Amino acid sequence: MSADADGDAVDPEEVKYIAELARVQLSDAEAERFTEQFADILTYFETLDEVPDFESEPELTNVMRPDDPEEGLSQEEALQNAPATEDGYFKGPPVS
Amino acid sequence: MSEYNGYITAEPIAGAEAGPLASERVAVKDNISTAGVRTTCGSAMLESYVPPYDATVIERLNEAGATITGKTNMDEFGMGTTTETSAFGPVENPAALGRVPGGSSGGSAAVVAAGDADMALGTDTGGSVRCPAAFCGVVGIKPTYGLVSRHGLVAYANSLEQIGPIAPAVEDAARLLDVIAGPDERDATTREAGAESAYAAAADGDVAGTEIGVPTQLLEGADEAVVERFWAAIDELEAQGADYHEVELPSLEHAVEAYYMIAMSEASSNLARFDGVRYGPATESDSEGDWNDAFAAVREAGFGEEVKRRILLGTYALSAGYQDKYYRKAQDARAWVKRDFDEALKEADVLASPTMPVPPFERGESLSDPLTMYLADANTVPVNLANLPAISVPAGETDAGAPVGIQFIGPAFGEEQIVRVGSALA
Repeated sequence: MSADADGDAVDPEEVKYIAELARVQLSDAEAERFTEQFADILTYFETLDEVPDFESEPELTNVMRPDDPEEGLSQEEALQNAPATEDGYFKGPPVS
Repeated sequence: MSEYNGYITAEPIAGAEAGPLASERVAVKDNISTAGVRTTCGSAMLESYVPPYDATVIERLNEAGATITGKTNMDEFGMGTTTETSAFGPVENPAALGRVPGGSSGGSAAVVAAGDADMALGTDTGGSVRCPAAFCGVVGIKPTYGLVSRHGLVAYANSLEQIGPIAPAVEDAARLLDVIAGPDERDATTREAGAESAYAAAADGDVAGTEIGVPTQLLEGADEAVVERFWAAIDELEAQGADYHEVELPSLEHAVEAYYMIAMSEASSNLARFDGVRYGPATESDSEGDWNDAFAAVREAGFGEEVKRRILLGTYALSAGYQDKYYRKAQDARAWVKRDFDEALKEADVLASPTMPVPPFERGESLSDPLTMYLADANTVPVNLANLPAISVPAGETDAGAPVGIQFIGPAFGEEQIVRVGSALA
């Protein structure tokens, strides 16, 4: 990423880079609209700078139970919503 | 289909013959899994997704004898305050025509307000049960984090969300909460609390001696007509024997940005699963590029604009160099909000505020400006950050005929307190 952590508003190239990280294709129009909106939103989020450091100790308790095998989804059920399957497996796009 | 577009799928599911909800028609938000009945989350991405299993709350509704009326319309994946971001079209507010029903559980509140269901389940990540309850003039409860199982709820922001009831009266909402509350071994964040609950019995309207704290930060900037209704409701509680005092909670100034930072970050991770392989529209297998391009194309087509906006902002906040600046500071703010509430609740039985600082928006009003929509959540999001329970109860209408809600916030697992105070009004 080109911008440093103190950088101000994002530019359309940065928005497209973030979209690539998030695996979301964007049209040029969307990228431009988002650039403008993100400037407002991120400026607003900057006020988090005013928040003091805060030690929090969440109450955590271990939740344990016996590791007994139970019935789960069948292979057929697990595959029923997949747009493409082959020999009982999910079928995805080619890796490269 | 109702004329106000409250349901995405109006397919009834029969429950057991007898049980505490045997005579009730219960609508269910469409992000809660129903075996054999499609569950879309208001998204084109899941337009034809049919869950192979029931959410725990659905099993409990079935056992309690409820008849499920169908799956209600919602902001896509719960991301919105108006129920206008649904891929299945916006919902009208049956209690205030021309205005939004609130969101993201707008369909659930609308079908209850219109009388097409007796009760409904919504989900509340940052106000999504309480906001539509307030805007539609009905009651909504956001339970303490860990009271209700999230097994089978399609996740948006796991650390913040709870399933909660919506009904015309406090006692009915509490009866529905009694059915769904309690531990579930399929959700390790549930606690023993709620196993033997009797929330409905707490709806006795007895507020004599109740001390109410009013956080001044949650009245600042609120619409005048809303503030007027709020104080009228407090006056009514005073007349019934309650007392109130004002309290300053400085951390609340940062609640909205902390909430959105955390919710968007969790969303960017949770929604990574929608890639068109296990569910969703088919990927283009003949694409020239690699699988990343195929996934990116499916996600471009399947997600609406608000969902993309939040995934991108969450990805940005979690990307290298920005985590300390945004995400960790948001966690600090969350801990601060929690401490402020805990302190305030030592001096008060419940805290009160307007549920929403504004009356319901006109339809289409806020869509073009996402930040304005986020800021409308100022009074509801602090409760989710602090994992506390809260109830929204009708507090009359503005002169223009728009419903106003008052919110009562209780201590963790203090559902009985908020039900009792709420029942003094509705």
